[in-house]
Amino acid sequence: MKKSKQASKARDHLEILQTRVVVERDHVSSISSSDFPFHTSNRYPDHDLVERLRNKIIIAIEKKSQYDMEFDIIGVDASIANALRRIMIAEVPTMAIEKVFIYDNTSIVQDEVLAHRLGLIPIKADPDEFDFKQSTEHPTDQNTIVFKLKQECKRNPKASADEAEYINHNVYSAALIWEPKGDQAERFKDSPIRPVHDDILIAQMRPGQKIELEAHCEKGCGKEHAKWSPAATASYRLMPDIILKEEITGDLADKFASCFAPGVVEVENKTVDGESKKVAKVVNPRLDTVSREVLRHKEFEDKVQLTRIRDHFIFRVESTGILESEKIVFDSLQILSSKCTMLLKALDIKLKEKEETETSQNNENAMELDT
Amino acid sequence: MDCSDNTDNNSNNGNPEENSDFEISDILNFYTEKGSVTDPQSMTFSISGEEHTLGNALRYIIIQHPEVEYCGYSIPHPSEDKLNIRIQTTENTTAIDAMRKGLEDLKSLCAKISETFYKANRDFDEKNNIS
Repeated sequence: MKKSKQASKARDHLEILQTRVVVERDHVSSISSSDFPFHTSNRYPDHDLVERLRNKIIIAIEKKSQYDMEFDIIGVDASIANALRRIMIAEVPTMAIEKVFIYDNTSIVQDEVLAHRLGLIPIKADPDEFDFKQSTEHPTDQNTIVFKLKQECKRNPKASADEAEYINHNVYSAALIWEPKGDQAERFKDSPIRPVHDDILIAQMRPGQKIELEAHCEKGCGKEHAKWSPAATASYRLMPDIILKEEITGDLADKFASCFAPGVVEVENKTVDGESKKVAKVVNPRLDTVSREVLRHKEFEDKVQLTRIRDHFIFRVESTGILESEKIVFDSLQILSSKCTMLLKALDIKLKEKEETETSQNNENAMELDT
Repeated sequence: MDCSDNTDNNSNNGNPEENSDFEISDILNFYTEKGSVTDPQSMTFSISGEEHTLGNALRYIIIQHPEVEYCGYSIPHPSEDKLNIRIQTTENTTAIDAMRKGLEDLKSLCAKISETFYKANRDFDEKNNIS
């Protein structure tokens, strides 16, 4: 009897090590994934492990607005989740101002600073409609969007006391006027190209100062410059899981609940043998910040274990407003997939090349033998 | 920097078909240990234009193959545009086949995640009446 209890305890412990990251008072343990063959058993797997991986994936959308979403991916490894996160930030292309031709700039913002500020303005344009512009290529309506900006600051002589003294004193992103080239006016008539926000302050001027410029947007990726990143934030965290090893009751339950963020632990009244008592219950671990406050108190030491579920990723993808957040996710998946396609193709070509050189060598050898 | 070329190749919008085969085959090289006899079971693949994004994901997928004895990746130098993936297998397969299976598996995993995400997204929209 005792033996079987010990065995089940050991099994529980093993399962925690396999499925959880354990957060302890002063360190984090059970960090690495053990999800590969022959790690926990010597048995040869009798089925395709990747098939199993594919079948256990669960995705649930938690919150969504047009440019912001939170969703859970359950059943993937950190390496896959991280690849997606990295791609969303650095490899999903967008359009951004890349070249600025300054005709006149008498404001106190230096040309290069002005150009940099312009580059960071998110441009509402569908990147799928454009090609990458190679450095050797000339700008065309397929790879470039042109904006013009012309603004001059003047004094307002008729200004009353509570009115602004100057006209056109603030240069906002709304001053960027799209100039359709080629068939762009026709192509984008349903969604005219414009800055995502009209109220981004670019520069400030005083009477007599003037900015006149032409800006060219090109397609690019976040890994070259962050201005092309479609994600304002793309991050994930692991789902917290608070394991209660024994019941926490009475006043201790209140103290226990106060150790966590509001809403994580609730104190319930439970009636046992006609007697009502307070019991702590974990209701929403998602809200937990994993502050480890509970582990500072001696009385909870052996009663609770703070863990995170190793394969439960809570993603938060916030867009800059160019792409919808779900599009960023779809694009990232497609980009990862196309990387594989590309390498498979490269592998085939390399093998074919190798085969050809080998056969030609063999033929030469054979010819030498003949003579 | 030929960064733009790489982003072009990796992107779904970059139309990889437009690149000539010559450029594509330049992305990948593979070789066995220098100076040793050719051993199809142990090979290092050298990929240009890729980083930890693909390196770690591919490594994880390849070690799921029970015939793979070792798979690891490294980026030899941060300023060098290069990713090395080392694969050693048992007699029952070859490093090239393991690599191919890894790439195909990663692709199918992406497709599966994409499909699941699409469904979850559609269900969420239906539930919350978002058109």
